[in-house]
Amino acid sequence: MTFKLVWENVRHKPLRTLLSVLLIAGPVTLILTLVGISHGFVEDSKRRSAGVGADVLFKAPGSSLMQFSAATLPDKLVGALAAEPHVVQATGTVVAPIGGFDSMIGIEPTEFNKMSGGFVFVDGHPLDGPDDILVDTWYAAQRKLKIGGKFTALGRDWKVAGIVQPGKLAHVFARMSVLQDLLGNLGHVSQIFIKLDDPAKAPEVVAAFKVKYDGYPAWPMADLQSLLSVDNVPLLKTFIDVIVGIGVFFGFTVVSLSMYMAVLQRTREIGILKSMGATKGFVMGLILAEAFFLGLGGTALGIGLSYVTKSVMMAVAPASLPQAIVYGWWPIAGAVAMGAAVLGAVYPGMLAVRQDPIEALAYE
Amino acid sequence: MNSPNSIIHVRDLRKVYKTGKVSVEALRGVNLEVPAGEFLSIVGPSGSGKSTLFHIVGGLTPATSGEVVVGGCDVSKAGDDGRTQLRRTQVSFVFQKFNLLPNLTARDNIRTALHIAGRSSKGFETDLHDILELLGIAGRLDHKPSELSGGEQQRVAIARALATRPAILLADEPTGNLDTANSLAVLELLRDLNSRLGQTILMITHNTEAAEYGHRVVHMRDGEIVETRSTRG
Repeated sequence: MTFKLVWENVRHKPLRTLLSVLLIAGPVTLILTLVGISHGFVEDSKRRSAGVGADVLFKAPGSSLMQFSAATLPDKLVGALAAEPHVVQATGTVVAPIGGFDSMIGIEPTEFNKMSGGFVFVDGHPLDGPDDILVDTWYAAQRKLKIGGKFTALGRDWKVAGIVQPGKLAHVFARMSVLQDLLGNLGHVSQIFIKLDDPAKAPEVVAAFKVKYDGYPAWPMADLQSLLSVDNVPLLKTFIDVIVGIGVFFGFTVVSLSMYMAVLQRTREIGILKSMGATKGFVMGLILAEAFFLGLGGTALGIGLSYVTKSVMMAVAPASLPQAIVYGWWPIAGAVAMGAAVLGAVYPGMLAVRQDPIEALAYE
Repeated sequence: MNSPNSIIHVRDLRKVYKTGKVSVEALRGVNLEVPAGEFLSIVGPSGSGKSTLFHIVGGLTPATSGEVVVGGCDVSKAGDDGRTQLRRTQVSFVFQKFNLLPNLTARDNIRTALHIAGRSSKGFETDLHDILELLGIAGRLDHKPSELSGGEQQRVAIARALATRPAILLADEPTGNLDTANSLAVLELLRDLNSRLGQTILMITHNTEAAEYGHRVVHMRDGEIVETRSTRG
């Protein structure tokens, strides 16, 4: 009967119910979208770093695995590392941020293709002239780029020479020498990828590098893969926590306001229930159950809307903001929404419980 | 002393309402005994204290002083929870404005009352068959209050009140919102319920003709009972 009362109450005011559910769905969608983007971004980075085909990553002193650094390495180290035991191939790349979350990567095409297995061209041809760039299909879709089209970045115009399948380190590639020149960093690279004769020897090789190249950090790529998670990316976890906090506040405020209105609107009905002998617990239970119901509806709608935002993201910015559907966050977002909804209903519920039945019955 | 067959025993009942620094004495030492099975009418002008007496006996508001025992429950000593328990188990209300839950059908209004009283609502229509037939609403149970006439709404309210088998039915101006025909029908119903089921009824009314349906009429003025008289043998 309690369910029936709650159901009829939410059904009786469809607009108020719909608005409440929509407003609770807002933070759920916000949480799931931003968490989805964070995870999508990390997953995409993992996929792309795996696509290089390297076993060890070698960086400049002071660099960290998870953070971009402007520090560079002399490119003569590429040759030196290539001559180390178990090393089959070494290739340097130059990283140039081009705005937002995007970077252009300078590569030595022959070496990079040899290590990664080469690009899979959807259209166009490999890097040829100094202005040529390759973009992956996601970036081409995001920036509406076509073969032969112009692309402006780093203060110059580039020509789209080829569109390739995604999954190879970056979304935009240029010749390394051109980027080095453009960045005023001739003879230097941002990082060196190393392929071994046996990937299982990566820890052993890294240990040897740390002795021989003191101060230069190196990591097995497998470590990078396992370390690439939302929790390990600086500020990303904090960012998600802030968003969850906003979700709690939003849900709490919305439901509190909505239930406050509901209690006011139902003053007389609460008086009727009390005249029939409804206990404080029964009245509070009704208010909390309604809030829980609204929270549940908001969660379901929020999850549904996160698929909509994913479609929008994949249509608008598949390269920069790839959104994943993170099932593990559904119960968290749901708990946030329903917890906030129930919390938000406590005060209106207390008002309802404290209502004098005679005054409530006289309420018009 | 509490008469052994009284279902309502009121002794030296006082009620003072305080509004800011102003105190208003709504009841000034009321004494009343209502035997089980009686149909008692309380009449009086506005401000006479009849509604206050009704609310105290029904456990809707506490007394300031005095003794009130309803169905064996000492209401004057009961706290909020005790008065809630009284409303759940001993008394039921019928109001002038019907006070049905507007979102629920007549059937669900009755089921809600049973649910709150902690009684099963399964098969209540069989249990309440006689009452529903007597009230003439057996065929109207699937309708919401907005789909019922005033007379039908009041009859549903009576059915809801009786569903929990209360010791006392408290009716507050039950015909106040009804036309003459429906008023007479409701009063006849109350009299039938009293005579057939032995239901104790305490009814407050402005209407002196309606008051005559009770066994006794209690007149109140300025917070006191000024006259008590029997209406029929």
